[in-house]
Amino acid sequence: MRLSRLARGILGAVTGVILLVIYLPLMVVLVNSFSTSTSLVWPPPGLTLEWWGRAFQSEGALEAVLTSVQIALIATLVSLVLGTLISLALQRFAFFGREAVSLLVILPIALPGIITGIALNNAFRTILGVQLSIATVIVAHATFCIVTVFNNVIARLRRLGTSYEEASADLGAGLWTTFRLVTFPQLRSALLAGGLLAFALSFDEIIVTTFTAGAGVKTLPIWILDNLFRPSQAPIVNVIAVVLVLVSIVPIYIAQRIAGAEKVSR
Amino acid sequence: MSADRPAIRLTGLTKSFGGAANAVDGIDLDIAEGEFFSMLGPSGSGKTTVLRLIAGFEQPTAGTVSLLGEDVTDRAPFDRDVNTVFQDYALFPHMSVLDNVAYGLRVRGVSRRERHAQARQALETVRLGGFGDRKPGQLSGGQRQRVALARATVVRPKVLLLDEPLGALDLKLREQMQVELKELQRELGITFIFVTHDQEEALTLSDRIAVFNEGRIEQLGTPAEIYDRPLSPFVAAFVGTSNIFPDALSRAVLGRGGMHALRPEKVTVGRADAVPSTQRTAPGTLAEVIYVGSTSRLIVDLDAGMRIIALEQNDAHRVTEDERGSRVSVGWQDSDIVALEKATADTTDPATDPATDTATDSAPKLTTDTAR
Repeated sequence: MRLSRLARGILGAVTGVILLVIYLPLMVVLVNSFSTSTSLVWPPPGLTLEWWGRAFQSEGALEAVLTSVQIALIATLVSLVLGTLISLALQRFAFFGREAVSLLVILPIALPGIITGIALNNAFRTILGVQLSIATVIVAHATFCIVTVFNNVIARLRRLGTSYEEASADLGAGLWTTFRLVTFPQLRSALLAGGLLAFALSFDEIIVTTFTAGAGVKTLPIWILDNLFRPSQAPIVNVIAVVLVLVSIVPIYIAQRIAGAEKVSR
Repeated sequence: MSADRPAIRLTGLTKSFGGAANAVDGIDLDIAEGEFFSMLGPSGSGKTTVLRLIAGFEQPTAGTVSLLGEDVTDRAPFDRDVNTVFQDYALFPHMSVLDNVAYGLRVRGVSRRERHAQARQALETVRLGGFGDRKPGQLSGGQRQRVALARATVVRPKVLLLDEPLGALDLKLREQMQVELKELQRELGITFIFVTHDQEEALTLSDRIAVFNEGRIEQLGTPAEIYDRPLSPFVAAFVGTSNIFPDALSRAVLGRGGMHALRPEKVTVGRADAVPSTQRTAPGTLAEVIYVGSTSRLIVDLDAGMRIIALEQNDAHRVTEDERGSRVSVGWQDSDIVALEKATADTTDPATDPATDTATDSAPKLTTDTAR
């Protein structure tokens, strides 16, 4: 397809502006993490490495990161297992109420977080009589993390069709062997994509977490919100934010590489 | 080979997908050990469903499937000594060619060294010796086809099911693969059940053919029986091209009652004033001459009110397009007339009937012609 010079110029400019809008604020955060001022002023009056040093000694921040990683990892793991199972059920078997179940599985991601939060808070405390803890946050996160896994896996299963599984059964493999040797390897990249998204969703979730976290359970988003407007902590928040940006580039880069490699080999 | 223990026995096999008509409608069939058996029919005639019922991918609504005298109707696909070559090959894209071929042995617990040795041997058999390390995506259609064959035969099934395996290949490759399939079957000595909609392929390869129509077997017999003695208008028209004479025209043109068929290659066309060389003749007008390489297809409007197709060798005396509209005499031998004893259910509606299409259509489809 060929575009005129003018069209190319305009589209290029629009793309540039949009990328700028997305990434300029991130640059500001990066620069601010080296600022000598504690109150997010622009431009920074001077540069220092002090906050970077303090951030890595801040017990509150490190603990919050650890809590968040722990919650996100377990919620993602739960979502991967349950999301794959429900996808297989809905895509490979016919049963009464299949359409309804399919809708009910996707719904949580569309529900406002505050509703999910209040509902789960009520259910945990008054109906089930469980103490709010880190476990309740994991369960709450899994309710919507499962959707990203489900969407990725069911789309892949639909595209794969049943002929590989039939060929495997035809050659003598039972259900489990077929899953292990044929279906799962084909799902791997879908699971990775769904899992990364699930991890990201859980990692920066704040509303549902507020309602379902037990006393003393502080995830990173909650810690950041608590400390953002404390003059002594604001620069440390900036440092944490920069570290998170750098850390999140890695899995996205890996996911893209895998997706690219898959296209080539097909 | 024994008559009481066929490789495959189907009794009253019926499959309904919930529609008005059964996809497979009460099939009784015995397929002998070592036979190359073809199921021939148009799409939607139920032949592929029968194959899937034999493989175990579908459960019959009624009836049974027996394998070497053993009822396997309720067994899962992995529990039947039957293997399939799929239409789209279904080679596992994430495994090497060698691992694909070795798969059946792997799930049976054969050691890596042993299964790789056998898989290499099987690849040699299909002339793909050096291709074991490639991925299926790096092979051509014909090569993938051969890998699928190797994968299905390396486990030595009692019966090999082939679902239109040559459908995706171009003509040259298809003809070459037909020869290879036949040789492979002779070499392995296992029963082949071959599903196809290509009548030429079925005639070339098979020991016996079952012609399917609307979930039933329309006719069962050797290729020669099917081609020379079709029992119904459907078979006469689907297997090769036929001129089909309904009852009234049979009486008027052929001088006998009932429905009859006459192959185009048995029909001669001469000048109206020439001395007839055949037992029977009928006058008509040459409507169209279609050049098809080694032969020409002549379409003649008989005065009796029917269109007839003749296939003539293109020799020095060939009829040319310039002779369109001239008066001709159509001739045939009595012995070439085939009585169609079995009426097909839907022949009452000439508009949709595939059988009368060939005789009435002014531009007959070239693809249904065996003498191509």
